Amino acid sequence: MEIPYTVEPRPDSGLANGKLGIWLFLASEVMLFGALFSTYILLRVGAVEWPHGELNVWLGAINTVILICSSVTMVVAWAQLKMGNFSKGRLYVAVTAVLALVFLVNKYFEYASHFARGEGPWHSTFLAIYFTLTGLHGLHILGGVVVMAYLVGPGAGLWRRNAEQYTNRVEYTGLYWHFVDLVWIFLFPVLYLL
Amino acid sequence: MHGTDPAVMKKAIRTYGVIGGLLLLFTVITVAVNQVHLAVPLAITVALIIATIKGSMVASIFMHLSHEKKWIYGSLILTVLFFIVLILLPNLTVSDTIGKVSPYTAAAEHATEKAEK
Repeated sequence: MEIPYTVEPRPDSGLANGKLGIWLFLASEVMLFGALFSTYILLRVGAVEWPHGELNVWLGAINTVILICSSVTMVVAWAQLKMGNFSKGRLYVAVTAVLALVFLVNKYFEYASHFARGEGPWHSTFLAIYFTLTGLHGLHILGGVVVMAYLVGPGAGLWRRNAEQYTNRVEYTGLYWHFVDLVWIFLFPVLYLL
Repeated sequence: MHGTDPAVMKKAIRTYGVIGGLLLLFTVITVAVNQVHLAVPLAITVALIIATIKGSMVASIFMHLSHEKKWIYGSLILTVLFFIVLILLPNLTVSDTIGKVSPYTAAAEHATEKAEK
């Protein structure tokens, strides 16, 4: 049985099911990260002392630049597919996935330097919330890479059968990816600078 | 959402490039302001204002929220309301000091004692 409204909009909402679905998912993600940000505020405001300068600002700034560039490549991928340029669209999705992997490699080196100094999540309240927030964010990056790898690899065959549905999938992945970028835009100053 | 007219999409791609450039510029400004070592309350205010501007640009342009359907706006308005409650409620609970010493007061007293030493 064919799933309805994957391409054409529903008459009641004016949206394809996938689009409303991804926005509702993002709403739940806002609450997930919101709970952790609330925890951060609670811990910080109630703390007797709060450390400054424990994290490498330049590494954090480089990761911010990487994620911003990946957001641009992701939205350009969607625009290229909208114009019917499959090869360019797929290339931009692949570039986005590579940038995401570079982000994770940077994060690995950052984590490794902390653990080498014995500074794990058990070390202080600050590092506990730092590892929780960035670890959860890192898992989201990894999830995005898996989906993008599918779209570039085995999932790309959908373009031949239904180009519009493939373009929609890239758009939904893009919405998720921009959200992940948006979370980092707030994580960077909150954890690295303040 | 945009149509598939190539001229419109090419213009959109240029816009995405400009927004990407502005986001990078704001990141540089955020780091530069941090190097100035402002007072903590001012540093927090400036950093969060810049982050909010950047977040708004990502949401409105990259996520196309500047021209979306009312169902999406509706679900997001609900999310924002619940998010505000989520952020405020635990902090308001901590502010309830009836019958106990507020952790904020305790932290402030500790800081004063430390400064006096």
